[in-house]
Amino acid sequence: MKLGVVQSKPRKGDIPSNMAALGEVFAQLAAEETPYEMIVLPEAALTGYFLEGAVYELAFEREKLAREIARLWRSQSGAERGPVDIVLGFFENAEGTYYNAAMYLSVERAAERIAHVHRKLFLPTYGVFDEERFLSRGRRLEVFETRFGRAALLICEDAWHAIVPTLAAVKGARLLIVPSASPGRGLGGDGELLSVSRWRDVLRSYAIEHGVFVIYAGLAGFEGGKGMTGSSMVIDPHGAILAAAPALGACLIRAHIDLSEIELARAELPLLGDLDAVLPDLLADPDLFSQAGARAGAALPSVER
Amino acid sequence: MSAGHVPAAPRLLPVIDATAPSEPSLEIDCALAAQWLEAFLRDELVERRGIHEAVIGLSGGVDSAVTAFLCARALGADHVHALRLPYHTSSADSLADAQVVIDALGCRSRTIEISAAVDGYLQFEPEAGARRRGNIMARTRMIVLFDQSAKLDALPVGTGNKTERLMGYFTWHADDSPPVNPLGDLFKTQVWALARYLGVPRAIVDKAPSADLEANQTDEGDLGITYLKADRILALMLLGYSEAQIAARGLDPEDIRLVRQRVASTHWKRHLPTTAMLSNTAINDFYLRPVDY
Repeated sequence: MKLGVVQSKPRKGDIPSNMAALGEVFAQLAAEETPYEMIVLPEAALTGYFLEGAVYELAFEREKLAREIARLWRSQSGAERGPVDIVLGFFENAEGTYYNAAMYLSVERAAERIAHVHRKLFLPTYGVFDEERFLSRGRRLEVFETRFGRAALLICEDAWHAIVPTLAAVKGARLLIVPSASPGRGLGGDGELLSVSRWRDVLRSYAIEHGVFVIYAGLAGFEGGKGMTGSSMVIDPHGAILAAAPALGACLIRAHIDLSEIELARAELPLLGDLDAVLPDLLADPDLFSQAGARAGAALPSVER
Repeated sequence: MSAGHVPAAPRLLPVIDATAPSEPSLEIDCALAAQWLEAFLRDELVERRGIHEAVIGLSGGVDSAVTAFLCARALGADHVHALRLPYHTSSADSLADAQVVIDALGCRSRTIEISAAVDGYLQFEPEAGARRRGNIMARTRMIVLFDQSAKLDALPVGTGNKTERLMGYFTWHADDSPPVNPLGDLFKTQVWALARYLGVPRAIVDKAPSADLEANQTDEGDLGITYLKADRILALMLLGYSEAQIAARGLDPEDIRLVRQRVASTHWKRHLPTTAMLSNTAINDFYLRPVDY
């Protein structure tokens, strides 16, 4: 499978100019001799990430956005040679409820189909982050069919909770696609920001543990002093980093992925099969949710009257 | 047991002691910091605002020197306008050190005396003490910086570091007023490290920092603590460590209280003015739009 990961650097809130820039990227991609089969863009790719209340002005209706993206792709010379799947992070307006979402869109010559829209489960609302002030949480993690096998979309913090990629893999995902927008921090690292190292560490660990491809598309550019760390990457099911983009600036990753590597990696390290067998027992543990409830204050001692 | 048998000593495993308690490092990767801040300045000035020129008030101190070096990397020295803005009581060394930076960078420069402007007002307030006079100088420099930026199609670039911002050691709506600031999230000791990396002349990095608003003034004298100690305390305090936990790392409880008190009494200086909220569309309370929108 020929994959393109677009590390974009949008202008804040300027959708027409960001669409025009995406058109130029599509033109570059469509012009290549071997057609791309999948193109992955970051979280908030057409608006920038930190929108605060402007999200209500900038959120998209999913069907309308799908039509626009498909039209933009088809308008490029060379795009007519075959179908392409496009993954894109966007803010969704669902009849007045707003989500941080990502869409998996299959574009063919005459029609396009939204294979899946994932709504971000974990909305970071601490420190520099304020998502839940403006957005609603997604409630489901779905694994969906693509022509390359089953896939799951995880948006940014979704992928920082090991349980999410784990559940996606158990549900059959062979591709974990992670559109992200990560404001960089931590100068104590060795040649790169600590937040970038952390991303690579967690993503590699999922690829190795579950034998999946991990495709990470990071937003780039500064937003009000906060530098988004790009660092897009493609990791194979052995944990090898096939391509890694720098933190700064827009760029394109081109990767040729051999999906049969998944079977080879799982044969070598059959952890996912082991997990399949044991996970039901682990999840059936009655202490699991009562402990979580106690931490949340649900099991406070009753007061005698 | 036969005579002369010596019982074998029990075999002990080698012990590896953990260092405790740990402390966040103030060390930074200077090459990475420089690259990041250079990109920040280019994005903020050129890409977002379409401005190619920076105006910097060059005091002769390390903060403005580092800022000028970073701007020169981001925009080219030819696009950096260093302004020396002395008052008649300013130290001659400050003026000379600022010139050293200008010469080292080969940037554009101008010296504008602020004495007449400051004294023009102070003639009506002859009893004003050192603090008021210092604030008037700082605010006059701010006026010049913004006016020169309008004249030169440039953006004023701020020089305040994290330590002085946290300690409230600056004049509100003066030193903190430029619309972009590359150093505001670096402690003073980190600015020193970055200065050495960038090749800021040693005399500027090594001298005692001073606001130079009064004769023989030094920052550390004003603050009552060295920057090294203040930065260690601040770094821990910002992560939520208690006074006892900070003291357990060998820092003086008196110093910790001093730093805590300075931070606690200056939160207002790190905010915009307080506006009375009267509606559910109050700006920055309900009506929230990002600065780069």
